[in-house]
Amino acid sequence: MLTDYLALLLLISGGFFFLAGTVGLLRFPDVYTRLHALTKADNVGLGFVMAGLAIQSGSWLVAGKLFLIWLLVLLAGASVAHLIARRALQRGITPWQR
Amino acid sequence: MPLLFDSLLGLGGIWLAWQALSSDNLFRAIVLFVAFGLMLALVWVRLAAPDIALAEAAIGAGVTGALLLAALARLDVVVHEEATNPEPSQPSWHRPGSGFVALLTAGLFIALVYTLYHLPVDTPGLRRDVIAQLDNSGVRHPVTAVLLNFRGYDTLLEILVLLLALLGVGSLGKCHRQAVTATGPVLDALSRLLAPVLVLVAAYLLWLGASAPGGAFQAGAVLAAGGILLLLSGWRLPARFARWPWRLLLALGPVLFLVLALITLWLEGKLLQYPPAQAGGWILLIEASASLSIGAILVALFMGGDAEPEHKDE
Repeated sequence: MLTDYLALLLLISGGFFFLAGTVGLLRFPDVYTRLHALTKADNVGLGFVMAGLAIQSGSWLVAGKLFLIWLLVLLAGASVAHLIARRALQRGITPWQR
Repeated sequence: MPLLFDSLLGLGGIWLAWQALSSDNLFRAIVLFVAFGLMLALVWVRLAAPDIALAEAAIGAGVTGALLLAALARLDVVVHEEATNPEPSQPSWHRPGSGFVALLTAGLFIALVYTLYHLPVDTPGLRRDVIAQLDNSGVRHPVTAVLLNFRGYDTLLEILVLLLALLGVGSLGKCHRQAVTATGPVLDALSRLLAPVLVLVAAYLLWLGASAPGGAFQAGAVLAAGGILLLLSGWRLPARFARWPWRLLLALGPVLFLVLALITLWLEGKLLQYPPAQAGGWILLIEASASLSIGAILVALFMGGDAEPEHKDE
């Protein structure tokens, strides 16, 4: 029962981070800030969602698999964000300044 | 609540498809197409068809997206080289015949809705027959039993179609090769780290196919993703593998499948009717070789049909 509430809390927190990342993607001024918002917020959000699902699954095996998936997404997300930003810099897009 | 989610999913899919089709910018259209593929994968999940969802996400969205982007990059080269002035494009709904196409599509849509409306709501279809014969199929997952045993010739023809597509692409002649730009340490490290993981995942999906959603096409697509990642980070097939060993790999799955089909025809009198006791082994053999070939064929398609290394003097 308590674990249900904990999982719910984690899932809602994850949803909040995904929402924040998406708002950042839509509202931020240039490609670098958008990448920053999207990658960072989604990685944390996915971590929360995975933690919630791991608790709900009630199995260490499933929890381990979810953790590995999260690690892979972290790695791929961070690398892809870096690659997009690098390409943008090479094409001469200057970072936004206030 | 599920109805709300499904409606959003369905409408979102249609909206993405429309955006992808009506976009003037080809790059934007491809990105939207990939997003549409992922949305479609979610639709398959909601329809309780995880096998198709996996295939759609891996092949429909992933590999096809990479193929389209590769084609776009080459298209840019061609356009720059020819430097022709394209005629001013007019909006698609002004082209002649579009009224007829619209009418035809609307008619088809109405016929589909009518047919769907009159389908019985809860029909078992062939499910009962498949479950009844599952013990004879050699695998424990009904979808794999259908794909590799009961309707094995469908899968055989699918793989032959893939090979045929590659031959078609290859016969178009040499493609414009993109110069490999410096890829940087992050992509190098990522591809080095992910390539073995992707091979492992492909083997896992292949093995899992016997008892759960997975199988040759999914495994092949994951292998192809690894290959494309390596290609993008500047890796090239060593020259001594580029000719006949590579072609052997391309043909291995289709040819082995065909040979086994002929052997079953000779042994049991019917195409792809395996002896029930050994069916599991036959299916594993076919699926393993098919995965390798599917992966290789998809990578070869990405390379534009041929794997031969570029010659310096060309």
